Amino acid sequence: MNPFSSGTRLRDMIRAIRACKTAAEERAVVRKECAAIRAAINENDQDYRHRNLAKLMFIHMLGYPTHFGQMECLKLIASPGFPEKRIGYLGLMLLLDERQEVLMLVTNSVKQDLNHTNQYIVGLALCALGNICSAEMARDLAPEVERLLQFRDPNIRKKAALCSIRIIKKVPDLAENFINPVAALLKEKHHGVLITGIQLCTDLCKVSPEALEYFRKKCTDGLVRTLRDLVNSPYAPEYDIAGITDPFLHIRLLKLLRVLGQGDADASDAMNDILAQVATKTESNKNAGNAILYECVETIMSIEDNGGLRVLAINILGRFLSNRDNNIRYVALNMLMRAITVDAQAVQRHRATILECVKDSDASIRKRALELVYLLVNESNVKPLTKELVDYLEVSDQDFKGDLTAKICSIIEKFSPEKIWYIDQMLKVLTEAGNFVKDEVWHALVVVISNASDLHGYTVRALFRALQTTAEQESLVRVAVWCIGEYGDLLVNNAGMLNVEDPITVTESDAVDVVESAIKRHASDLTTKSMALIALLKLSSRFPSCSGRIKDIVVQHKGSLVLELQQRSLEFNSIIEKHQNIRSALVERMPVLDEASFGGRRASSLPNTVSTSNGTAVKLPNGVAKSSAAPLVDLLDLSDDVPAPSSSGGDFLQDLLGVDLAPATQSEGTSQAPKAGTDVLLDLLSIGSNPAQDNSVSTPDILSSAQDHKPAIASLDVLAAPSLTQASSSTASNMMDLLDGFAPAPPKPANNGPAYPSIVAFESSSLRLTFNFSKQPGNPQTTTISGTFTNLSSNVFTDFVFQAAVPKFLQLHLDPASGNSLPASGNGTITQSLKVTNSQHGKKPLVMRLRIAYKVDGKDVLEEGQINNFPRDL
Amino acid sequence: MIRFILLQNRQGKTRLAKYYVPLEDSEKHKVEYEVHRLVVNRDPKFTNFVEFRTHKVIYRRYAGLFFSLCVDITDNELAYLECIHLFVEILDHFFSNVCELDLVFNFHKVLVLP
Repeated sequence: MNPFSSGTRLRDMIRAIRACKTAAEERAVVRKECAAIRAAINENDQDYRHRNLAKLMFIHMLGYPTHFGQMECLKLIASPGFPEKRIGYLGLMLLLDERQEVLMLVTNSVKQDLNHTNQYIVGLALCALGNICSAEMARDLAPEVERLLQFRDPNIRKKAALCSIRIIKKVPDLAENFINPVAALLKEKHHGVLITGIQLCTDLCKVSPEALEYFRKKCTDGLVRTLRDLVNSPYAPEYDIAGITDPFLHIRLLKLLRVLGQGDADASDAMNDILAQVATKTESNKNAGNAILYECVETIMSIEDNGGLRVLAINILGRFLSNRDNNIRYVALNMLMRAITVDAQAVQRHRATILECVKDSDASIRKRALELVYLLVNESNVKPLTKELVDYLEVSDQDFKGDLTAKICSIIEKFSPEKIWYIDQMLKVLTEAGNFVKDEVWHALVVVISNASDLHGYTVRALFRALQTTAEQESLVRVAVWCIGEYGDLLVNNAGMLNVEDPITVTESDAVDVVESAIKRHASDLTTKSMALIALLKLSSRFPSCSGRIKDIVVQHKGSLVLELQQRSLEFNSIIEKHQNIRSALVERMPVLDEASFGGRRASSLPNTVSTSNGTAVKLPNGVAKSSAAPLVDLLDLSDDVPAPSSSGGDFLQDLLGVDLAPATQSEGTSQAPKAGTDVLLDLLSIGSNPAQDNSVSTPDILSSAQDHKPAIASLDVLAAPSLTQASSSTASNMMDLLDGFAPAPPKPANNGPAYPSIVAFESSSLRLTFNFSKQPGNPQTTTISGTFTNLSSNVFTDFVFQAAVPKFLQLHLDPASGNSLPASGNGTITQSLKVTNSQHGKKPLVMRLRIAYKVDGKDVLEEGQINNFPRDL
Repeated sequence: MIRFILLQNRQGKTRLAKYYVPLEDSEKHKVEYEVHRLVVNRDPKFTNFVEFRTHKVIYRRYAGLFFSLCVDITDNELAYLECIHLFVEILDHFFSNVCELDLVFNFHKVLVLP
């Protein structure tokens, strides 16, 4: 015997490996064994080949590379003995997968084995094939497998069916060949074959619609009968699990019935009785029974509508929900979510149970329940549901709070019946979980508050009270600070009291105290502090008596290291000191923010009109159910298809609140080069004169759609004028927003920045293309081009397609054209809009190549050209 | 559709792994590791179904071994739980009172079963 061959038996090797105490030891043992095996392979050692392979498989399971054993597998498969073949196939399944090319070599052996006289060997081959065959192998061996579907031995038939499933998955085209044999399989008595046949049938239907039709027509009745026999069958010890005969067969049958019945009324009718029978008679105290019921419910939900059955199904789900077992509840919640689209009424009945599930200890159940509740909310039940949820918010875990808050906020926004309730609920949420509340949400709250003018007093008092009790939640502090700033006088005067309120007395200095503490707090972040500063400015105008004290507070931040605070502090300080005469006008009450345009913006539905006059169109929808507005849609999500200026609720809101500290990434606005802004500012503060008319400034109107969104620092400090930096001058235009009532500047029509001359981009004997340019001023790199095609010939052009190509430093975005048929002789035009972004703006001008294709009298025409005459500074 | 079956002990050693979808060896190891982590840390009170990447893992613990099945999202979980139980019963009958060591030493027999 070869001295290198491993004398150890499989068992011993395993024992040796397990006895290793450290990983290094184990690796050593494995390496030795691998070496021995490799030597044995080289020697072509016949005797212990299968043992070696078994060892190799074990080593593979431990995670070591074993590629050298693959050829061994093949040799083993080719050898005549059954044990060798068995190990060979096993090795094949384990060590290789379908992507290896080595598999092709096996095909021939497998083919021979499939025709072997020994049925166990046939079984082995089928097994291996079913696990690992690739598409080519499938194609080659499909006829064999088909033949075997009718073999005399049920086990072989079973294995052949399983194999066919894989074949069909790999090569769907072969599906047709299997239809007929499968129909025979469905009539089997042997459960094993029946199950596999049914599975094969299900997959066939998924893969091929003809199969689906065929089975629907021919086999539905047969299947229903089989299921009925099964359900009514007496106790059969062979197939019994927990008292139910072969639940697996039940489930598969139900699944197949589902596939057959979906979308087809006749088939669904045939199934109704049996489904009802299964649903009512199955016991549900064991998991097996529950599994069947679950599948039954799913089937009922998917097939054509039948009211009675549906109610039955939902009742079963309701029973599941109150089950103590977590699994069942989870499954029920899942199903209910799908059921709700079908029949919301029925699900409402189980609302209470679902609410209980929101408080469950298991995280996945909680999540599901919450989503379900969210889907269940409607106008009638929103109040009690929200109350429950908000109560739960107080006791929920940290990680769950975020989700919960978001859901609550969106529920409140979508369904709030009246403003006062909305504000109340939002206050509660903010008090509890303000830190989890997203920015858009409290922005929206501010909008609503500003719209509800009768509730201003109530709101500001409630906020004040809230702030007394909890001051840790950032968003709460911000909203409160803003409101106190705006409506401080209402707070002090107790104006607009509602019956439900208790009177509180707040002096001016109390109000200032509160804001001061907001600034001084360690934990306040930049946004809060900035908002507090501006609130102080407003208060200094509303409460002249506290002016001095406020000035002191503001002045403390003169030396702040943060530019934002320093700037504000300096500017506000100088207003308070030197410009008392304009101060009150500067910080007049903000006009109502247009909820409709705000909401419309959030729904990204339409480009809103350019409202140019001050304080326009303020609808005060009271009790608005903004079901159209997608709640929590990102306000800064400026939709792409609105190149023209459109209302940018979120952005201007941010400007107004003076909180947008990030450099503007998008500006749809019209305002200009900063320098121009400065001029405007200077002019503005020499009171009474109109701001420069040179297209430089956007309308001061808050509600106007064209707004600039430069970093919103309301800059009022004129005396620092000449050195106004870019940042602050852009804020000058922003300040114009605030100066709403004050600036006599006439509303400007939306302006598109410096005018660029339009060019004739391309002209041939039959076609002219003109380009008009516009730029968004904050974004000098991007140009919007509006192209107009005119047909100069006397034939109509159809199938008009325009394509353009640009060099690498440019980015091009093409919008769909207005049409693709160009009438003759300039009687009509096609317009198409493009957006070009020049990453080398200022260094390289734009160039573009065109290709225009159209048909004239059925004949294709192609025109190409290059545009070099773009204006230089685009 | 079952994607893979894993039998792992509490320490994370895989006693049996049968894959029905093609995966690289390194991916297989990653998957085994992740599934183990997922399954071992779950409280027994929680449901037996966990979401894993884009599929579901249905698992059950029998003594020191975790039997995990990875299936598609749309499958009936309760039925697979029954499958797992059936598998365990078969192993029991096959080895008469099976224990983990039986599976270790006779892995080549076990592999044929699923």
